[in-house]
Amino acid sequence: MTSHNRNLVLKGGWDKVVNEMAMELDVFVGNTTIMDEEVYQLWLDGYTVNDAVKVRMEGGVLEECEASADVLLSDTMDQYRTFQMCERLLHSPAKLANQLLFQIPPHRQAVLIERYYTFDDAFVREVLGKKLSKGTKKDLDDISAKTAVTLKSCRRQFDNFKRVFKVVEELKGPLVENIRQHFLLSDKLARDYAAIVFFANNRFETGKRKLQYITFQDFAFCAGQLINNWTVGAVDNMVEDMDVDLDKEFLQELKELKVLITDKDLLDQHKSLVCTALRGKTKAFNEMEANFKNLSRGLVNIAAKLTNTKDVRDFFIDLVEKFIEPCRSDRWTAADMRLYLTHYTNSAHILDTFKHQVVWDRYMGVVKSCIFKMYHD
Amino acid sequence: MPGKLKAKIVAGRHLPVMDRASDLTDAFVEVKFGNTTFKTDVCPKSLNPQWNSEWFKFEVDDEDLQDEPLQITVLDHDTYSANDAIGKVYIDIDPLLCSEAASVISGWFPIYDTIHGIRGEINVLVKVELFNDLNRFRQSSCGVKFFCTTSIPRCYRVAMVHGFVEELVVNEDPEYQWIDRIRTPRASNEARQRLISLMSGELQRKIGLKVLEMGGNAVVGYLQCFDLEGESGLVVRAIGTACTLDKLSSGSAPNTTTHVHPNTAPASNACNSPSKDGKESPLAHGCRSTHNSPVHSACSSQRLSQNFSVSVPTLIFTGMGSGGSAGKEAGPLKTLLRQQTQTALEQREFPFFTLTSFPLGFLVHVGGVVSARSVKLLDRIHNPDEPETRDAWWEEIRQEIKSHAKALGCHAVVGYSESTSICEEVCILSASGTASILNPRYMREGCLDIGNTDHRFEEPSPPSCGFCHIPYDELNMPFPAQLTYCHHCRRQKVPDVLFTTIDMPSEAAVSGKGCLIQARLCRLKKKAQGEVNATVISNLLPFMEYELHTQLMNKLKLRNMNALFGLQIQISVGENMLLGLASATGVYLTALPAPGGIQIAGKTPIDLSNEHHILTIQKRINDTIAKNRELYQINPPELTEEVVGSPIPEPRQRSRLFRSHSESSDELSELDLSHGKKDAFVLEIDDTDAVEDIHSLLTDAPPPSGFYSCNTEIMPGIYNWTSAVQMFTSVRVFRLSNVNLTNQGLNKIFTDLCENLLKSFYFKLRSMIPCCLCHLNFTVAVPEDELIQVAVTAVAMTFDKDQTQERTADKPVTKGCSETEEQLQFPLELFADSSSTNTQTSSKISGVPESTGVSPRAASVDYGSFADRCSTWLELLRLKAHTIRRGSVKTTSSLDRCSPLPEGRSRSLRSNRSFGGGSVTVVKMTPLSFLPGTRIIKYLGIINMFFIRETTSLREEGGVSGFLHSFIAEVFAMVRAHVAALGGNAVVSYSMKECMLMENPHKNQAQCLINVSGDAVICVLETDQEPMSSTTSIGQTCTSGAT
Repeated sequence: MTSHNRNLVLKGGWDKVVNEMAMELDVFVGNTTIMDEEVYQLWLDGYTVNDAVKVRMEGGVLEECEASADVLLSDTMDQYRTFQMCERLLHSPAKLANQLLFQIPPHRQAVLIERYYTFDDAFVREVLGKKLSKGTKKDLDDISAKTAVTLKSCRRQFDNFKRVFKVVEELKGPLVENIRQHFLLSDKLARDYAAIVFFANNRFETGKRKLQYITFQDFAFCAGQLINNWTVGAVDNMVEDMDVDLDKEFLQELKELKVLITDKDLLDQHKSLVCTALRGKTKAFNEMEANFKNLSRGLVNIAAKLTNTKDVRDFFIDLVEKFIEPCRSDRWTAADMRLYLTHYTNSAHILDTFKHQVVWDRYMGVVKSCIFKMYHD
Repeated sequence: MPGKLKAKIVAGRHLPVMDRASDLTDAFVEVKFGNTTFKTDVCPKSLNPQWNSEWFKFEVDDEDLQDEPLQITVLDHDTYSANDAIGKVYIDIDPLLCSEAASVISGWFPIYDTIHGIRGEINVLVKVELFNDLNRFRQSSCGVKFFCTTSIPRCYRVAMVHGFVEELVVNEDPEYQWIDRIRTPRASNEARQRLISLMSGELQRKIGLKVLEMGGNAVVGYLQCFDLEGESGLVVRAIGTACTLDKLSSGSAPNTTTHVHPNTAPASNACNSPSKDGKESPLAHGCRSTHNSPVHSACSSQRLSQNFSVSVPTLIFTGMGSGGSAGKEAGPLKTLLRQQTQTALEQREFPFFTLTSFPLGFLVHVGGVVSARSVKLLDRIHNPDEPETRDAWWEEIRQEIKSHAKALGCHAVVGYSESTSICEEVCILSASGTASILNPRYMREGCLDIGNTDHRFEEPSPPSCGFCHIPYDELNMPFPAQLTYCHHCRRQKVPDVLFTTIDMPSEAAVSGKGCLIQARLCRLKKKAQGEVNATVISNLLPFMEYELHTQLMNKLKLRNMNALFGLQIQISVGENMLLGLASATGVYLTALPAPGGIQIAGKTPIDLSNEHHILTIQKRINDTIAKNRELYQINPPELTEEVVGSPIPEPRQRSRLFRSHSESSDELSELDLSHGKKDAFVLEIDDTDAVEDIHSLLTDAPPPSGFYSCNTEIMPGIYNWTSAVQMFTSVRVFRLSNVNLTNQGLNKIFTDLCENLLKSFYFKLRSMIPCCLCHLNFTVAVPEDELIQVAVTAVAMTFDKDQTQERTADKPVTKGCSETEEQLQFPLELFADSSSTNTQTSSKISGVPESTGVSPRAASVDYGSFADRCSTWLELLRLKAHTIRRGSVKTTSSLDRCSPLPEGRSRSLRSNRSFGGGSVTVVKMTPLSFLPGTRIIKYLGIINMFFIRETTSLREEGGVSGFLHSFIAEVFAMVRAHVAALGGNAVVSYSMKECMLMENPHKNQAQCLINVSGDAVICVLETDQEPMSSTTSIGQTCTSGAT
């Protein structure tokens, strides 16, 4: 660092001194707003002007363009100012398109918005499922230290989450679509935000040590599954909060599934159906057979408890503890897992006394794909 | 009551939250015109109110229509206390008064508050119904079209050029009225904005009346300026060129047509105030002010004229007389040409033209740059209705310009402009232009037919070099210069260097590309008051002009070029210093002799080490020249045969760099002969100053590869523009921290300031390479004691590297391209036939080297005899100081002769597109009179806007930089919104004429005033035949350059 500093001064020489010491004012305004994507990223990443200048110098722009350090400094300051002025608009991206202050070509507007709302996976993993409140905001210092994302950037990301949350909270209609239309984000990013909102709303626990191996993308996938299948919106698409809250009736119905483990006959019948189907198809057959009752109890109990908010929060940790960990310790492969769950789900249909096929499918469809996603190292 | 103005308030959006409690706003709108006010209903609790008001109707005189803006105020309704203003929109309805311009104003306007900036937007609809009243032209001048553009607007053909129109109005500045002590800053700012808006309306109306009187229907090259004289008042003044324009049918390519009918424009004699003779009138005025109005502490008009050696003595002795003597005028008498034209032109009081480019054939010869400056002491304007003093001041200056032009054997001044610099009570008035001879056919009424008698004028000179030929009599030259036969046609004499204030004629034959050349200079002066101060300043002026001139000349030589176009010399005055900045675009005209090199001479050659030093420097200079030749691709055709009549140039010519000590000479004897020119521009290193100067010469870095720059409309040598355009404004203020500054230290700082700005542009715009920065317009000011402010507006345009046929192929239809082709051809032809050694003859004047130097600077100012003159001046000054107690101190200097260019400009237009999205119309802006790639199909009216912005929370707004950055962005936004509301999609000939920033960081305050102008237009892609409907946003892709 220090050597850099020295370089900076040496390279800039007199000019640099001038710029810092005596340039009272230095602005450049284009009719079409000029924005350098590299500088924008540095700004988003929370670099100070001086640090950004250093990074740019290392990047070699100077040599390319026969410029000196003070030129770079002045350019960086200009751009930082521009971004700061735009930031207000980025908070409600729809305004960016019809504001008059900055003339920015549409494709560039899209880039600005998308980048502004892009977040770091490391950061989001820390915040996922937490309440987006002032309390959490206070912890950003620690998160910043832990993730090596600058505090400034952490704040931006956190505020983005909160802003999106607040806006969609009060809207009817599909969550992802609302986010996309309101914030003009790409489909992918809108889905990620939907996941964040969904997790924040239901306060899913994601921070436990056992869950650390699960990436944000895994969770986002799971969130997508839950949103599409377990929320009110999955059945009725014009309700407020429809995509954010789980379908209470459905959760209630899940209790009925307990019969699968409380009725001994059913349990045995289910086990034998599954084992028949699996026999010879996997090396882990013995473990599967031995653990069947345990595993089935685990999954059904999770379903039965979901009426409790507290247990909803623990949904993912329960999946890991009650199902994924036992399987992993028995060294099931991902294919084993797939095979097992498929037959486990399908066999229930053949049970003649089991009447809750629809609920079962709605439940297992999601659980299955979540477990597939989460079953890795 | 010949008009009805109708306005409808539709809706608002993005309003600020005015009620903290509810986070909402209860907005309503007041619509005011003249003394009538209407209100809309309150639209409660909304940040996006829909008013959908009825049509508010104002029945008014058209005089008021011209003067008054429509004033729209958005307020927040408050039941218990006074309503809070959210902000205002002023709409100039002038464009609606002209049938050919806009018919309706409709769109979103930013709501502007002088304290908070833009606060949301409002959608407004405005229409005007003019009753058909035959008398309506009496007080008003509705219908006269105004253009900022300094060439014939693209979709018009000029039927007649009537000539110069000027007007000024004065008033008290609200900021300085007693009431200002008790009103809020907001009220005071708004009063000022409104007053200036009124004054410009009035000014425009009055100018319009003059135009109608002259029989014209338009003002081209309209230049309006404000002088904020502080205590003494507010002056709004404007000049322009009255013309009769005919609209071209939209289908035809405008340029072409214009050119086809060049002969059209006879000047009416309308404006002649019968020969007021220059000489007397200024005298008279001067005296008058001195004696009659004792109040004016104005000045001794001492005049320093650097230009014409001849005139100096006369001037001096006449005292304040500005007039060149008649004798002079008789002198040159080049020809019939003059005689003929004279009649037409001389009947006019001022044969001035604010145009910088002309229809083909309009410009015959160019004499050189003429300029005049005068230092005045401001005093309160007691009676705003009679702005006579200010009028008299300008009159004086114009007379001076006129007489300088005469001395150059010219009957007209083109590329004419006026400016002021004010510091406290001192004001420097400046005017400059290019003395030239115009084709008489344009001057006379009734000779629209081509068949007319004037053939002989056309014959002699081919357009590619004709304008370079000297207009004066070579046996009786107004200043020493070296003449040679034209290297192009070999029939007429040309000077060795040509300086002009106009754009390069498109038909001029050039070699290589041009480049921006700047001379920069700071001079410290003691703080002083009143007359002493004025005297000090006027004493400094000639030296500064001389220095600037010398620098320009040296830099020109260093770049291996021989002509300057678009020359602008600004001198700004501060409490303790004067700043001088001369900018121009250098080119190599193949008609003129090649420039000589620069030779360094030591004064004491004996000293060996010194000699070594000199050799090193010499080598550096030579290297630089060689490098520049390559950089700018200057490959003049070689002259194989000797140029007729001009004896052989010596192989190397050098010219001498002038230092101010040079003494004068009488080289007059030799002048007329083109012989014996020794080359040589010799630079003597006799003191440290000289060394410094050389260093500074060499410090100007060339633009990085891929970039070119110029301050004219187009860059000679680049024809294939693409449509990517990026207009920008940049401002820097430098605080001088060092208390003990020397002139040299200052010069270095100032030079670095300008150079760094350029470097910064190159860096920022690097994505546009290959790219040319066009119309780089630098404005310098000394806003406070230790501050230097430089503001730049320019446009970056990309071009295709490979030039090409296909290009031309694409745009076959347009005239632009044909011009391009022509231009391309010139150099080739030249190559083919020209011959002779490539060395040029640069003139050398054998006698006195220094004076020789004169030659290089082609200026009409003869520096050769500078020293002599200086002493004369000084004496004079002293004399004056004794004799004249009051009166204006005046210096004038006229420079350079140069030949302007015939008009025609080659611009190849490429398609410009706007990109756009959403509901916002994309509006392109450019300081040029065209957008590459597009065709202008309609001029919607002039944009002339004045804004004040003030803050009392400077720190919170990001310091002065943050404050100004957002203000400039806001100004752009407001200009774009107005253009879009008129139905336009571009602003051409855009300029920022004022950017006055005052700051007080300790009080956390700042205030800034900005004045911008331009022409709102609708343009279409060149490829499109259909006009694009302007109000809708056209989705276009933004050009890459626009990043």
